[in-house]
Amino acid sequence: MQYKSGREAFWDGVRTLMPATPGVIPFGLVTGITAVEQGMSPGTTLGMTLLFYAGSAQMAALQLLRNDAFALVILLTVLVINLRFVMYSASLAPHLHHLPRRWKWPLSYMLSDQAYVLSILKLSSGELKQFGHYFFAGTAVSMWLSWQLSVMAGVFLGAGIPGSWSLDFAIPLVFLALLVPAIRSSASLGAACVGGLVAVLAIDMPYNLGLVMASLCGILTGLGIEHYRGAAADKAKDATAGEETP
Amino acid sequence: MTDLSLWGLFLAVGLGTFALRLSFIELYGRLRIPVMLHRALAYVPASVLAALVLPAVIFPGGGEFALANPRIPAAAIAALVAWKSRNILFTLVAGMGTLWGLQALG
Repeated sequence: MQYKSGREAFWDGVRTLMPATPGVIPFGLVTGITAVEQGMSPGTTLGMTLLFYAGSAQMAALQLLRNDAFALVILLTVLVINLRFVMYSASLAPHLHHLPRRWKWPLSYMLSDQAYVLSILKLSSGELKQFGHYFFAGTAVSMWLSWQLSVMAGVFLGAGIPGSWSLDFAIPLVFLALLVPAIRSSASLGAACVGGLVAVLAIDMPYNLGLVMASLCGILTGLGIEHYRGAAADKAKDATAGEETP
Repeated sequence: MTDLSLWGLFLAVGLGTFALRLSFIELYGRLRIPVMLHRALAYVPASVLAALVLPAVIFPGGGEFALANPRIPAAAIAALVAWKSRNILFTLVAGMGTLWGLQALG
């Protein structure tokens, strides 16, 4: 699509994001509800949501706060969950690095999974011409607004929900919904099995350090299986090398 | 945690996350992702999410293990729905619905 102005590109970015909102709203609602339900004030929840702007990291932090985890463990866990943003940043950099800081910094703060996924193909194809950052801003700003507003709605709903509804169970359920599509290969399946198992076995470790250890064990398992399978695939390739065309 | 240390934690998370997001956009051409880190990142979601889910289902409230814990079958059904639907809302409804149903029966 050819844009005649930045405004047009921005609004097309907003329209592109809209189909993603049905997945965002329940997640935001549950985040707001669980925060209030575990005794956080609406002001603190709003501050947390603005400062984090990362749903799964915020949910993980809420679960760890509920277990009275050590602050450093919470910080470490959140940063590990958010490490993927480094990848997005690297992938977006060729399209955004030339902009002035008044663009770069707010756009970086609003970088999310959804805005990245919906923009990167259009940005790399070059079809957006000089309006690429307007399109990205459209997806990023509308994602940011959907998230903040749905968490706030959850905060107001949460105040009226009794504790007997066991709504704390919503946290692992959301993680489960995110976990299942993350298992795409035997290596990621191995990472999940070992991560989960070690976390269960290490439940009595102080300050929830078991979570950090379990995550590292899972990641190493994934890398190990990938390495082993890669070596096996190379061997198979060597065996059939004569039949293959390069 | 006191209010002050809570806000300190949130601020540290905010600054750290902003630094991760800004990293390459700001330092384009001066920074490269190590190959090993790039490969390791692929296993972060599966590993961290499983480490968050499993203990929360098996030890609700950090307590003892109990076979009669209704959260285990509820999570199993939710996992099945997550796998079939790939939808957060459906997964939530299936898991919470099963938990409430079992709690009403027990």
